[in-house]
Amino acid sequence: MTDIQNVALTSEDIVIVGLVAETKEDATRQLAQTLAAAGRVTDLEGFLVDVRAREEQMATGLPGGIGIPHARSAHVTVPSVAVATSVKGVNFGAADGPAHLIFLIAAPDGADDKHLHILASLARKLVHEDFRQSLREARTGADIAEIIIREVKQ
Amino acid sequence: MKIVAVTSCITGIAHTYMAAEALEQAAKKAGYEISVETQGSAGSTPLPQAVIDAADVVIFATDLEVKDKNRFNGKPFLQIGVSKALAEAEAVVASAVASISSAPLVGGSAGPRLSTKVVANERTATRIRKWLMTGVSYMIPFVAAGGILIALAFLLGGYEIALGTAKDDALAAGNLSDVHYWAALCLAIGGTAFAFLLPVLSGFIAFAIADRPGLVPGFVGGAVAGAVGAGFLGALITGFLGGFVALGLSRLKVPNWLKPVMPVVLIPLVASFVTGGLMFIVLGAPIKALMDALTAGLTQLADSGNLPLVGLVLGLMMAFDMGGPVNKVAYLFATGLLATQLANTNPTDPSFVIMAMVMAAGMTPPLGLALATVIRKHLFSNVERQNGKAAWLLGAFFITEGAIPFAAADPLRVIPSIMIGSGFTGALVGIFNIGLRAPHGGLVVFPLVSNPVMYIVAVAIGTVVTALLVLVAKNIKKNPETSDEALEAAIA
Repeated sequence: MTDIQNVALTSEDIVIVGLVAETKEDATRQLAQTLAAAGRVTDLEGFLVDVRAREEQMATGLPGGIGIPHARSAHVTVPSVAVATSVKGVNFGAADGPAHLIFLIAAPDGADDKHLHILASLARKLVHEDFRQSLREARTGADIAEIIIREVKQ
Repeated sequence: MKIVAVTSCITGIAHTYMAAEALEQAAKKAGYEISVETQGSAGSTPLPQAVIDAADVVIFATDLEVKDKNRFNGKPFLQIGVSKALAEAEAVVASAVASISSAPLVGGSAGPRLSTKVVANERTATRIRKWLMTGVSYMIPFVAAGGILIALAFLLGGYEIALGTAKDDALAAGNLSDVHYWAALCLAIGGTAFAFLLPVLSGFIAFAIADRPGLVPGFVGGAVAGAVGAGFLGALITGFLGGFVALGLSRLKVPNWLKPVMPVVLIPLVASFVTGGLMFIVLGAPIKALMDALTAGLTQLADSGNLPLVGLVLGLMMAFDMGGPVNKVAYLFATGLLATQLANTNPTDPSFVIMAMVMAAGMTPPLGLALATVIRKHLFSNVERQNGKAAWLLGAFFITEGAIPFAAADPLRVIPSIMIGSGFTGALVGIFNIGLRAPHGGLVVFPLVSNPVMYIVAVAIGTVVTALLVLVAKNIKKNPETSDEALEAAIA
């Protein structure tokens, strides 16, 4: 983590293909653990408190089968998105059913504009069904990470 | 169909942008134009006011208070939460369009607004520049129209048309076949247009700061600045003063029964009294004292006989405030000396040389700035470049006011540059020892100059020096985000 400017938004080691989780809390914790293991989150429990606080204000499930738990947190070192695919789906509170794609978006508290712009363009991508479709169809974590990095303008 | 939208959410990193994208997709699909302002954490770029003004309907898909909502005043709007825009973007766009005629208007039923409001959440320096540019952009047409009419008057009637009662006599005679009548007419109308320079500059700076309530104190203050002889620098002061007094008053919490009379009667009344009163009380006497002191100093300096030094000082003074007290002292000093030497036959008597210095130094500011706008177009806004074309003509006819729009828009860079250029020219006229017998300036008196060739050289050198200094100054600490082009787009 010497040069955080050049750390990519996501990578294979923070992608979980075929996540198994009963609740959104469980799903979020599993994704957050990958962020902590990768050194992108310094304090796992502290970060989860921040994500839960955001989630309690309004559920982050969205139409089209996606869930986007997210937070700006002092425990985040670099803007990151941990991704999970789930065959069974996890209930993130969306009206049209469970989320089969889950994006845990982590932004450092004092992130600069450039980093926040990357997250903004990721958010814009999530609206597009063809983008979501390509992620659902990807078979490996490496493929998913590669698609996101390619599609989200740095 | 043109739509503008604002999106915002609690965290400002996801829903804000997703909703923006969803609305853009939905509007595109329906064949509408849409511009979305994302008030998220990645900084928010305000929509250009022109885009907002052109919109048919506004969608606020916001979970937070809309920033600077008054920019949208008078537009029909639809207020929803950010999730709804994301989940049902197409339905939201359709219902916004369908409800245009019945939807409530932003800011209540307030009517359409003039479109020069400066957005509140920008850096202070940028806002000051925008306030100045607003005033300047409204002043420039007055400078051009009035200045060209005055130049025309001199072309038709010679400089004598401005002396004594020549203009009034010609107007009174009313002889349509006499060219002097037309010259006098041009001079009278041009002079009337010039009388608006300070009020319009001050009035529209105040307008940019405080919106409509600023107009009256700004205009009145600018006229008072002219009355007390404070020049355009005084008008800059009254513009800011009038604007902020009006803004303060319009933010006061007043009882309901007073509200209807606030914008129409109370704010203009109180703000004008405060602004105009302060100018008369605080600036009136000091300006008089300053002018007396400067005149005394000049007399002493001229008695020393060091003509190049006298030229330098007169040049600096001529360009400092262009029509303000310092400029006036220099000009009146020269014409006063001239009046005492009517019978003098020596063409290069010091009195005549001093007159020549003042005239040359009054020509270089507009000429130098006109040259600068040609050499480096991109350093100037579009209106400034247009003003640059008129400035050639104004400079050629000793109408120093042609430089005021440049100086008012960017005083800290422009004023020192034109002062040095004029000082240079004044000193050169002293060194070349050139005299002028006419109490006026510009091309029309060149035949009366003792050495026209060297005189043109002195003016040309001053013009080039001015232009180069302006260009150097414009490159100092220039923030690319606040280029004049961008500012102009924002206030247009």
